[in-house]
This record gives sequence, structure tokens and C-alpha cells, in this order.
Amino acid sequence: MHVPGFVVSKYRGEMSDPFVQIDRVDLRYGGAGGVLAVSDLTLSVNKGEFAAVVGPSGCGKSTLMRLVTGLHLPQSGAVTVGGNRVNKPVSIAGMAFQNPTMLPWRTTLDNILLPLEIVDKHRHRLRKHRAEYVAKAEKLLATVGLKGFGDRFPWQLSGGMQQRANLCRALIHEPELLMLDEPFGALDAFTREELWCVIRDLHAVSGVTIILVTHDLREAIFLADRVFVMSSRPGRVLNEHRIEFPRPRELDLIYDPQFSRKVQELHSEIADARQAA
Amino acid sequence: MSEKVIETAPASGLPKSRINWIALAPWLYTIAFFLIWEAVVRAFGIRPTILPAPSAIWGALIQYWPAIQRHSIQTLFTTTLGFGLAVVAGLALGLLVGWSRVIYAGLYPLMVGFNAIPKVAVVPILVIWFGIGTIPAVLTAFLIAFFPIVVNVATGLATIEPETEDVLRALGARKMDIMLKVGIPRSMPYFFGSLKIAVTLAFVGSVISETIAANSGLGYMMAAAQSQFNVPLVFAGLIMLAVEGIAMYALMAWIEQRMTGWAHRSQLANT
Repeated sequence: MHVPGFVVSKYRGEMSDPFVQIDRVDLRYGGAGGVLAVSDLTLSVNKGEFAAVVGPSGCGKSTLMRLVTGLHLPQSGAVTVGGNRVNKPVSIAGMAFQNPTMLPWRTTLDNILLPLEIVDKHRHRLRKHRAEYVAKAEKLLATVGLKGFGDRFPWQLSGGMQQRANLCRALIHEPELLMLDEPFGALDAFTREELWCVIRDLHAVSGVTIILVTHDLREAIFLADRVFVMSSRPGRVLNEHRIEFPRPRELDLIYDPQFSRKVQELHSEIADARQAA
Repeated sequence: MSEKVIETAPASGLPKSRINWIALAPWLYTIAFFLIWEAVVRAFGIRPTILPAPSAIWGALIQYWPAIQRHSIQTLFTTTLGFGLAVVAGLALGLLVGWSRVIYAGLYPLMVGFNAIPKVAVVPILVIWFGIGTIPAVLTAFLIAFFPIVVNVATGLATIEPETEDVLRALGARKMDIMLKVGIPRSMPYFFGSLKIAVTLAFVGSVISETIAANSGLGYMMAAAQSQFNVPLVFAGLIMLAVEGIAMYALMAWIEQRMTGWAHRSQLANT
């Protein structure tokens, strides 16, 4: 499988080469008396790494997404992405949420091209080089198994197909950082597993750094190089697990006893974190 | 590929019938309404000065047609003009209010208060400023039709999904980008939906003004007929208003369907 526009990279960022760094961050919503969402949050993700964040609900996983992308600024501590201190929205990140948020008045293809109308590097080139970008979007659609669906409207696609298109939209501008917030939460088990493989392959052929926030421990372990376990609110990182299963990983892996042990280990850690709350 | 495409053509679960009752129903119900009305008037011997029968109203329509036609066109003209102004101003103010939370918070109580004022109380002021005639009627239609448009456009802008905004802002989108790419297209179904309400309200406004302070228009004609106890003519005026109202409503519904069909279809797909 080849993903257009991405340089094939075997580099996994095993060495310390932090691309995303969150350093002792506090974030409180709603002023001084408000809710402390994360406290003393510290984690770092290397370039090209696939990181997953799991934890009890309300642990500030989504806050973490918004911190890394600069949609929220920390009240204390620092967030660094790609060597730069984050003090405004980062503009290099692709994002995908549980809700695909395709715009219903645009075709799937036009939805996927939307980021190019925004990102500075592309917006001025888009009109003249449209054919080139359309070709790229169509290749991307083919990689996620949506070949020929570009002219359909989002509401003509099933939930799983919309989520595939959503991934294309998050990747079209070749972001250095891909933030996924429960992207497969609303899908049935089979579609979810198919999309795990899609995202696994996208990560394998590109140098993109991925941070995945999820409730699904199997998803986290199957996909990630490292899994961070967060505490209940106020969220901080309790533990990190290096996932050593060799790549490429096949779906059978999830029936492996070692895999199950890892799931159980994470599960009990999160159960303890819930108890502590 | 395990997934299927959702069919766009609505599959009708009803068995096919040779007579399309749904298409016929509006006509049948309207005819039935007038027939019952006629029967009730005849059965109880109600005097035409209290409630004229449809046949009497029809007679008045034919007898006074040249006058009725002139006044109907005048009312249609003032209403359309006032409605047109309301569309332009309502769209502009709606976008402004939806743009910024501060403007929204600041203008909202003012607009609600303004909307609560009975427009009939404003007409005398308009007459002082502009004299009797067309201008107060146009302005009253404008004032009454304006509010639902503003509220709907602002609602469309205010209800952008936060995720969509996050996705775009994480790409470096400016407020203007979000408005142009998402906010404005998104508010269009609300806008076109509000036109149906606004155009019928515009008739209310223009007729109020014509009734109080005008020398032409259906409102004026009905007020004059009433003072001469020509009740069938009053009802003929009401019928003409209803006809114009239905025609304008149908036109707006058609425009809505043409411009924002995706909104209806996407809702169908979601249910």
C-alpha cells in the first residue's frame, strides 16, 4: 500500500527526539474557581511515534488534545510542538473526532479538500493546482477503501465510510501531527477493526506523529508504540507502557495471550485510578 | 467493502394507488371547507352582514374586481418591498449578531424588546414621519418580518459544531474562514426557512398599516367596506390576502427547496 505524498519512513523515533512535549501543565476551566481539568500533566511523544492516551472518563483526555493543538493554552507549564512553544492554534495538525463533522453541503471530495482552503501553504495554490490536489485526494480515498465515492455527499455514506473520509480530511495537507479523539467510538466492532488497520497502514507508510485518545484498551495496545494511562480528574499521567509487539501487527494479535495480559494490566490500572477518585 | 451506500431515492412503503390522495388533499380540504361554510350559512339563515356565504363573497369579488385587483396589487407591492428590505437587513444583522458573542449579548435584549412592541402602535409614528400611504405600510411590513430572519440566521451561525471549529482552527483558520466555509452555508437552511414565516408576517404588517393610515391597499379597502357594512367585500379582501399569502409562501418554500435541498436530504438520511 502506498499513501500519496508521504515519504516512506522506517524511522520510529525510538531515540529521544520529542516532537510533542507537555511539561507540568495545569489547566483550569471557567476562571479561578473553576474545574481543574489537568494538573501537573507531563508527557512527551517522539517524532513519528504512535501514542495512545487512555484513562477513566472525564480524565481530561480531550483537554490534552486541545492543549497540544493550541486550542487551549495552559495556565501554567508549557506545551511544545515541533520545537516551538504553543501559544496559538498550531496550524500543522490534522484532527479527527468521533463525530465525523463532514459538511453536508459539500461532496465527500470537497470535504476532504477543505483543509487545503485553510492551510496557508496550500490555500493560494489550490485554485491553480486543483487537479493535482483532487488527484491526491482521490488516491487518499482509495487507500481508505473509498475509491469512487468522492462525488457522493456525506449523508449518502454510512457512518464507517464517513469516518474513513474524515481520516482523509485529517491527512490531506500532510500534517506532521495527527490528533485522533475517539475516532472509532461510534462504529460497530467489525468496521472499527477495519479502520484500525487503515490507520495502522497510514502510520506505517508516513512519518506522521499520532496521538490517539481512546476508551478502547485493545485499540490503544493494537495501534500504539506507547500507551499513557491518565488519572481521574484532575488528569495527569499515572504510567506509561511501551508496547513491544513487533510491527507490522496483524489483527490476530488481539487474540494473543500476551496481548490479553497487557489489556488486563491496563484495565486494572484504570480501575484503580477510578477508585482513587 | 462491507458497507453499503444509503439510497437517496426515498423508498415508499405505501402500496401504489391510482389516485394520489396526498397531492389532492389540499384541494379537497379547501373545497370541503367552503362547502361546509356555505351549508352552515344557509342552514342557519345567517345574515350576510354577520357572515356572508362563500357564494356571496364570490359575487362581491366579481362585482368589485377592478377595485379589488388594484388594491391587491398595491398590497402585494408594499408587502414585497417591505419583505425585501427585511431580507437584506435581517441577513446583514443576523450575520453581525452571529459573528460575535459580545454583539449577540448586547443586541439580543434590544431586539426582543423591539419585537415585543405591537407594530400597530408604531404606525402612527411612521405616519408622523412619512405621512399617510405606501411608505408606512412598507416599513411596517419590514419591521414585523425582520426579526425572525435575524434570529434564524444568528442561530445557524451560533450552532456550528465545536468539533468542526476545532478541526479548522487547528489548521490555522481565522474567524473569517470559519464564517465563510462553515457558518454562512450552515445558516442558509435557517435563513430560507425563516423566509416562509417572514413573508406571511410581512402581509400582517402591511395590512395593519393600510387599515390605519392609507388610501389604497387591501387593508384600506376592507376598512372602507366595513364602514359601509359591505361585509361580503370585507371577506373578499380577506380571501385575496389569503391567496397572496399562500402564493408567496409557496414561492419561498420552492426557493428554500432549490437552495438548500441538501439540508432536507441530510436530515432524511439521519433519521
